[in-house]
Amino acid sequence: MRLLKSQIDAKHGTGFATLLPEEPEDMWHAFNLIQPTDLLRARAVRRISKTSDAGSVTSQRITLDLTIAVTSTDFDIGSGQLHVAGKVVSENEHVKLGSHHTLDLELNRKFTLEKGDGWDSVALEMLREACDTTQRAELWAVVMDEGLANICLITEHQTILRQRVEVPVPRKRRGGLDGHDKGMEKFYSTTLSTLLRHLDLGNAMPQQTDKTVPLLLASPGFVAQSFLQYIKTEATRTTNKQLLALLPSVLVAHSSSPHLHSLSEVLSSPAIKAKLSDTKYAKETDYMDKFMALLRQDDGRAWYGPREVDRAVEKGAVGQGGGKLLISNALFRAQNVAERKRWVALVERVREGGGEVRVFSSLHESGKRLESLGNVAAILTFPLEDLDEDEDEDEGANDAVRDVEDMNG
Amino acid sequence: MPPKSGHQRAKNIDYDEDDIYGDDDYYEEDGYEMTDQDREQMRIGTIKVKEALGSSLMVSDAQVQDALWDNYYDVGKSVADLKKKLKPAQPKLAPKAQPPRTSSRFDQAANAVKLDIKGKQTQSHSPLFMVQELSCTAPILASSVLSHQDDPMPLQLRTNASKGCADYPLSSPVTMTHHYDSFSVKDFFCDTPWCNVPPHRVGRILVEPCFPKGGLLGGSSKTSKLAALAAARKKKQEEEKAMAASLNKLSETQTEADAAVALLDRLSVKEKDGVSNAGLRGGGEISEPRLSLSRYPIRKKSSTPPPVPIELKVEIPSEPLKVVETPTLRTGPSAFASVLCGIGSTTSERRTIGPSRFPIPYTNFPGFANAKPFAKPSPDDVVIRAQAKGAKPKPAQSKKANEEKLAQSIDKLAMDESPKLKSKNLNVMEEFERSGMKRMANFIVIGHVDHGKSTLMGRLLYDLKVIDQRSVDKLRKEAETIGKSSFALAWVMDQTSEERSRGITVDIATNHFETDKTRFTILDAPGHKDFIPNMIAGASQADFAILVIDASTNSFESGLKGQTKEHALLVRSMGVQRLVVAVNKMDTVSWSHDRFEEISQQMTAFLTTANFSEKSITFIPCAGLTGENVAQKVEDTNASWYTGKTLIEALDSSEPAKRNIGKPLRLTIGDVFRGGITNPLSISGRIDAGAVQIADSILAMPSNETATVKAIEIENEPVDWAVAGQIPTLHLTDIDPIHLRLGDIVCDPNDPVKLIKSFSCKILAFEHVMPMSVDVFRGRLQAEGKIKELVAVLGKGKGEVVKKKPKIIKPAEAARVVIELSRELPLEAGVRVVLREGGSTVAAGLIEE
Repeated sequence: MRLLKSQIDAKHGTGFATLLPEEPEDMWHAFNLIQPTDLLRARAVRRISKTSDAGSVTSQRITLDLTIAVTSTDFDIGSGQLHVAGKVVSENEHVKLGSHHTLDLELNRKFTLEKGDGWDSVALEMLREACDTTQRAELWAVVMDEGLANICLITEHQTILRQRVEVPVPRKRRGGLDGHDKGMEKFYSTTLSTLLRHLDLGNAMPQQTDKTVPLLLASPGFVAQSFLQYIKTEATRTTNKQLLALLPSVLVAHSSSPHLHSLSEVLSSPAIKAKLSDTKYAKETDYMDKFMALLRQDDGRAWYGPREVDRAVEKGAVGQGGGKLLISNALFRAQNVAERKRWVALVERVREGGGEVRVFSSLHESGKRLESLGNVAAILTFPLEDLDEDEDEDEGANDAVRDVEDMNG
Repeated sequence: MPPKSGHQRAKNIDYDEDDIYGDDDYYEEDGYEMTDQDREQMRIGTIKVKEALGSSLMVSDAQVQDALWDNYYDVGKSVADLKKKLKPAQPKLAPKAQPPRTSSRFDQAANAVKLDIKGKQTQSHSPLFMVQELSCTAPILASSVLSHQDDPMPLQLRTNASKGCADYPLSSPVTMTHHYDSFSVKDFFCDTPWCNVPPHRVGRILVEPCFPKGGLLGGSSKTSKLAALAAARKKKQEEEKAMAASLNKLSETQTEADAAVALLDRLSVKEKDGVSNAGLRGGGEISEPRLSLSRYPIRKKSSTPPPVPIELKVEIPSEPLKVVETPTLRTGPSAFASVLCGIGSTTSERRTIGPSRFPIPYTNFPGFANAKPFAKPSPDDVVIRAQAKGAKPKPAQSKKANEEKLAQSIDKLAMDESPKLKSKNLNVMEEFERSGMKRMANFIVIGHVDHGKSTLMGRLLYDLKVIDQRSVDKLRKEAETIGKSSFALAWVMDQTSEERSRGITVDIATNHFETDKTRFTILDAPGHKDFIPNMIAGASQADFAILVIDASTNSFESGLKGQTKEHALLVRSMGVQRLVVAVNKMDTVSWSHDRFEEISQQMTAFLTTANFSEKSITFIPCAGLTGENVAQKVEDTNASWYTGKTLIEALDSSEPAKRNIGKPLRLTIGDVFRGGITNPLSISGRIDAGAVQIADSILAMPSNETATVKAIEIENEPVDWAVAGQIPTLHLTDIDPIHLRLGDIVCDPNDPVKLIKSFSCKILAFEHVMPMSVDVFRGRLQAEGKIKELVAVLGKGKGEVVKKKPKIIKPAEAARVVIELSRELPLEAGVRVVLREGGSTVAAGLIEE
């Protein structure tokens, strides 16, 4: 995203910023930036109907700049489209004040954003991040197993599932072995053709010949290796130059399942880490893993959940010397302004206390993991017990192995 | 005989003749052939002769060819010969119409001997020779001849036979001779009471069945080596005798023939048999009268014996193969053979059955003529009629006139709905009880990777003769070629190329075997941790488990940290109660008792904490690679301390599993595949509950599509129904394969499984459980889900709430959690699930609602 113009008063947070989205991912940033009550000015196409003196109605579509006070936003992850609904706040000759309009933000079309209640620190941080063009890592990943492949695009801030490929593969059985092999062959070819369609090598290559997007293949067992082998033979057989060029950038990794959530496991594997350590998602994964490890130790240093984290921050436990607040950007997108303010305040308090704040993208796997923990978690500088209110006695429940069956009986 | 050689071609030619005579290719197969030129001449000649003869005379190709051969392809002469030959034959049809019908084998044998003797007498040869031969080689036969002499049947036989002999003098044999003889062949076999024959002789005859083509007399390459040897020896003897006999009488030409034979003998080993026969023929033609009957008549048309030897002499040096090509060269069976078959001439004549005259079995029984096989409706008709009756919709009958309209409409409805497949409407429960089926058990073989699960199962199947030696040898050879000879037995189970090249099992392999008590289905699980999903799929089908443990140093210990532990926990949490622990590779620790005890103790300690009861665990030391204590007791002296059961015995002592037959149908799809051209869509999987029969309508969830069961197979055998606990293959119709996925549930349309997106579940944690993404496994079903809420930690015994809303659940704690799935799935209360995350099993659970 390009910042064309900004007039933001650092003290009060008033002012506006004019932005030009250039990549699909910028829509995601815009989605995170635009809040209800914000003022958004962008180019819009609106159908205007006029009633002439004679009573005949003529209607025509005109392009005009509209400023709306945002009431809701809608983001389509798959297509990367952002629809912002609101009421018109600046009247012009065609559109009356207070009439409703939904702006469709488009690529390469500038928009101006003015925060309803000022640019807070989180918003400014987001703006900075959105306009940071230096780190634009992209990665295609195929997480697969026999008969199932998830093709996804991992960008700096998003993990987008592009396509799920499911091909029935007969299992091995006596006398029916070719069924399995044939099924796998079909699965590979379907996956490859789907992948190529998404990679769009033909179009991408002329523009950015210097940049090849790495492709990550991950699977349990040997499926990924076999698939790579298949790609290789296909590339040589069809002498597909683009595909051949892609081959050196293919990484093969191990995942324990074909599901998307095993991407976090893939990204935290040492081999992948070494290659992608500087990217945001790799870091996020890293933090998440650290947090989980601490949580497992159960020594009172890792807490999750809004209430618990709130309390921990109150007690100043998320401070200098290792205190980390992990928070998902989903919380800042809260439609409720008060809710958002609460989280912004939390973040600011941690920052003041010298703690580290990581804002996780809710679209990444790490963000999803955080989401299941209540979107916010904290690593404390010192252990705190009993942050959860209604704690009961929990001794005596930790040694014996019991069978699920017995519990039922 | 190398393929595509001249011999092969000769063989092909011979088949034509076989078609006509139904004869053995005894002579022909022995490697004689015509040159191409000859063949072409023969072919053209045959056509011409046939044309010349027209349709007035029934003459076979072979006869024509024989005639041509005799006349050196002179068409004119051959026609003349044939006419001459066939004319007198015609009237003789009638007397032959009454072949002897019923006679015991011995009778026939006796008769045959008499025939021989008589024949010899007519040929003014001393019968002594034959009798002597018989008495030395077949005393039983000889005595039987004597004992049955006053029996009327043989007498009749004899008269018939002698008539035949009289009617068809050697010099003018005709086709009818064949007919006659073919009758006698039939006679010989028709009612033979094999059971009365002394066992040693029956054995021989079965080994070399007297089919027209059989090479009993030593000609066929298919003869067993032993038989061939014996035959050769006999032949030699006979030849010598024949030579000796002929010495007295034979002219110089015959000795010349012998010389030629000797020459041929030297030519090739292969041809030896045939040549010796040729020699026999040349020398023994006159001396052995039974030959005259068996011989092809046309060839013998040259009334004086000398020409034949001359022919031999002329041809052998240049084209020895030609000689044997002619059927005249056949000799009588050796003494050995005649003993084997109990008869001389008839035995050989038996081989002259033409296909047109192939005797219909049992026609000689008196009941045959009376039997009217098509008088009654065929069994098929009966069945169809019965089905038609049964299929009549009952409602129509039961309704009275006042409800006739309704009845009719119902009738119509029923017609419309009637499936293409007729249901037998079996009461499967009753059928099952009535069938008194053997106990069935499915067991899963689990254990750490490379502990020898597949090899042990390969050995088991091999020792139980489910896999034959040949396939094992083949596998062994294949394994050796890629340098993995020790994997040969494992390859019995591991069949995909990937599994073989990597040397590990990837997917569950199923196989079946049977002991006296039980029918077992093996589910061989992969040990590698990446393939635990497959192992779970297998474990969900198992009634009990074999835990394979590598006894060698360090392997056991590393396994205990790895999949030995995980698998054991998994099978336990999936409801497997009984465990057979096979302490494998005992040979590598030289059957050390201490090691076995050590492993047993450690495992018992571990397994009891995993809630296996101690008495349901059996420890068996064994060695899968060598097969000790798998099916056979161990013989190693070091293992003398072990006196317990073998692995098989341990398996056999397992308790049968309880079956939920009465409940509505639930089948987890374990595989969707194309079962063949006739069955384009098949599924397989274990029936968890209920029963299914052919023509049942089933509902696949979550696609909510119905299908019809076209056929059911269990262990590759078609059956009419299947019940819970079995792993059938269902061939389906009326459904698209995209609606069937692995892990889907097939259920009764009247009692479908509900689809749920989120459920509460009691879990036993193996790892720390917190709100997180997990893979939910249920048999083959593998779904994304997440633990949404930790509701409570539960108490040990009664399941009381110990702590509400815990932050984290520690390993070995029981808890109640809420799981949300990424898509709706057919899961029911009481279903066991396994939760995994990041390659390790997090928890096992039981769905509550």
